[in-house]
Amino acid sequence: MIPLWLHDLLSIDLPPLLAAVLSSVVCGVLGNWLVLRRMSLMGDAISHSVLPGIVAAFLLSGSRSPLPMFLGALIAGGCTAFFVGLVKRHARVDAGAAMGVVFASMFALGVLLIEQASARQVDLDPDCVLYGSLETLFWFPPTSWGELWRFSTLELLPTPILTLLTVTAVTLVVTRLLRKELALASFDPELATSLGFRASWIHAILMLLVAAATVASFEAVGSILVVAMLICPAATARLWTDRLRMQLRLSVVFALLSSVGGYVAAATAPRWLGTSHALSAAGSISVMSGVLLTASALASPSHGIVAQWMRRRALAIRVAREDILAILYRLTERGTIGADERALLAPVGGDTLARTSLRDALRRSEITREGTRYRLTSAGLEQAKAIVRSHRLWESYLVEEVGLPADHVHATAEQLEHVRERMPAPPERSSDPHGRAVP
Amino acid sequence: MNTIGDFLDAMLLRGGHNTVLVVIGTALLGIAGGVAGSFALLRKRSLFADALGHSTLPGVCVAFLVAEHFGHAGRSLPILLVGAACAAIVATALVQAILRFTRLHEDAAIGVVLSVLFGLGVVLLSIIQTLPSGDAGGLKSFLFGQTAAMQQRDAALLAAIAFGTSVTAFVFLKELALVAFDEGFARSSGVSAGLFDVLLLLLVVAVTVAGLQAVGLILVIAILIIPPVAARLWTDRLRRFVPLAALFGGISGWVGASISSLAPRQPAGAVIVLTAASIFLVSLIIAPRGVLPAAWRRLRLAFRIANDHVLKALLSGPRSTAHLARSLGGRVTTTAMLVRLLAARGFLRGDRSGWSLTPRGIAAGGAIARNHRLWAAYLVRDAALAPDHVDPSAEAIEHILNPELIQELERTLASEGELA
Repeated sequence: MIPLWLHDLLSIDLPPLLAAVLSSVVCGVLGNWLVLRRMSLMGDAISHSVLPGIVAAFLLSGSRSPLPMFLGALIAGGCTAFFVGLVKRHARVDAGAAMGVVFASMFALGVLLIEQASARQVDLDPDCVLYGSLETLFWFPPTSWGELWRFSTLELLPTPILTLLTVTAVTLVVTRLLRKELALASFDPELATSLGFRASWIHAILMLLVAAATVASFEAVGSILVVAMLICPAATARLWTDRLRMQLRLSVVFALLSSVGGYVAAATAPRWLGTSHALSAAGSISVMSGVLLTASALASPSHGIVAQWMRRRALAIRVAREDILAILYRLTERGTIGADERALLAPVGGDTLARTSLRDALRRSEITREGTRYRLTSAGLEQAKAIVRSHRLWESYLVEEVGLPADHVHATAEQLEHVRERMPAPPERSSDPHGRAVP
Repeated sequence: MNTIGDFLDAMLLRGGHNTVLVVIGTALLGIAGGVAGSFALLRKRSLFADALGHSTLPGVCVAFLVAEHFGHAGRSLPILLVGAACAAIVATALVQAILRFTRLHEDAAIGVVLSVLFGLGVVLLSIIQTLPSGDAGGLKSFLFGQTAAMQQRDAALLAAIAFGTSVTAFVFLKELALVAFDEGFARSSGVSAGLFDVLLLLLVVAVTVAGLQAVGLILVIAILIIPPVAARLWTDRLRRFVPLAALFGGISGWVGASISSLAPRQPAGAVIVLTAASIFLVSLIIAPRGVLPAAWRRLRLAFRIANDHVLKALLSGPRSTAHLARSLGGRVTTTAMLVRLLAARGFLRGDRSGWSLTPRGIAAGGAIARNHRLWAAYLVRDAALAPDHVDPSAEAIEHILNPELIQELERTLASEGELA
């Protein structure tokens, strides 16, 4: 026997959750290529512009069976592609504007058709197009475990879920089979064509899959979630990795996280708000995908804002520290040993960053402190010598090879001195353009 | 027909007082949309408007919640519009922040902001529905627009926003155009690109906010994008482009609002957008850049080229129609028609040996053959192509060499004694 609470869960929560997860995964996977090809808004455009096709098919066939709807969407999608091409060619506007014109017009047509339909007491609603009817999906599961996996009980799953299952399976198989071709056509369409793959065909297949995913998701989760899922998981994954294969896997993970997380949030939030109504699950899932994207944009180790900031700050500290060492070395050259804090910090900005750099140099025991004065240790001297050598080598190079006047090279060399992986060969004279010795 | 009578009444401003206001307000909105949209289109920022439109939903909802919290009537239009405007500005900032701080491109940035903020709006709507005082119905009309919900005061407010937008755009027409066409030149002439980009964005925000009630937030992009693209099909000149876009926008608003006044429960946005779409569709077909004129130009060129081929083929002596068709690779009926037309214009005459050239035909055919050889000689001499490689190119260009170019080719070739 299946316990009652689980039975409730299976009948009330499982179907919408399953629909949300399936729709998120199929859109999330397809989104990877859209984001890579800078066509994210194509998902937006398609999900808007298939609407009149779906509604017309619905009105003509009088049923919600997936096949006519899919055909209608296909025709509408084909019309969209045709018109976008026409507008781009004749009005000579950018692809974005052409897409905007076509999908806005098609969507308006769809909305009007829906109104006509609902006037005839047909059960379609413009609001439902936007945010779906996740909450109305319902399943009567069997009461015993044994019957759970029978075909006859699974057949009773709501139609949108079965449609979604089919489309997800087809999409996963096709994208798996065409993995190489899709990647090639996304990164280098000319190469793909010259290798004998028709990039335009692969593009068409991708669009076909997007249209299928849109249609399959449309009834259950609404178009807004489709747009979010076509863009957000892939964009989020792109912030974590440079490798397509990894990006694909991560996008699935993020799609799962946002759909499950968003659904759970929508189901539990009303309890905190003290109301009985559930929140819109589709909206909540979109928001969750946005939260994941924001978190990734901040925290990703490779492309995150925090990591980038820390890398830049570490570099700034290194540059300031090296400048401090170089100052001490130049003083040593002129016979002054050591300098006080102000003399060291002022040339490198005199701010918190400069003080941090000074502490860093102390910690690395490149300098020591005697009373109020700082001086180079022997390790620091070696380091400083390398920096000043780099500076003077760059100056020589800029004067002798690039042909800059000697009084114009200091500022450039001041920046280049910190790049010591590749230094110019030493000049023939062992002094720099200002006549100082190259250490 | 009562419907048509009502429609004409609405069109001619003889409907009720409210209808008149709504029609005028929507027409002004269309004008403002056309003007602001023109510059957004030139600046390739059209889809920004999509993100702005969708993002106003959470703005409207938050404004409603805040107003209710402080005990005001949440559905007062000015409060909601302020919320929408703030949200639109936040959305713009978010798109810019994503572009600035992450590796995502503009399309993904717009898509992310659009979908996530709209999702947030949907969640907020479902919260508002659960509030005891909550009546989300008034807010939901912002999704697809409902002009009938407009009060007189609201219509006046929208008209004011639209009017202000149009006037601002016309005052700064030159600067906006300069920034749109040549940012670098604008900077060097002391026009701040950043400042006028912000102005343009504010205009777009104003149109978006003003359009909420008339068109709805999902389709508000249409009044910013469709009239300018339609106008683009008619002209290349900015001085005609912007007024034309304004005109198309105005007509869309005027006619669309009149139609939707007949069916107040229908989503007005869809009707207005479809009116604009009809104007666009007609433009796409008949405008100078449109499908029909382009097809006509292609057809005329094809006809001229076919004529040229017939004349050139007959230079080498009289041929029968069937022979001509064979050597030109065309169908016999088509060739027969071509030949008759040429004969009627006095280029050919027919006798028992077939068709032969009149003196006029000889002159015309000779000119084409001459063009061919001039171009071939030019290619060999100046482009350094091998003599046996130049024929296809010369074959294509012989029909469209203009007189100035021919003269110049003759001059240079004659001066080197290569022209017999």
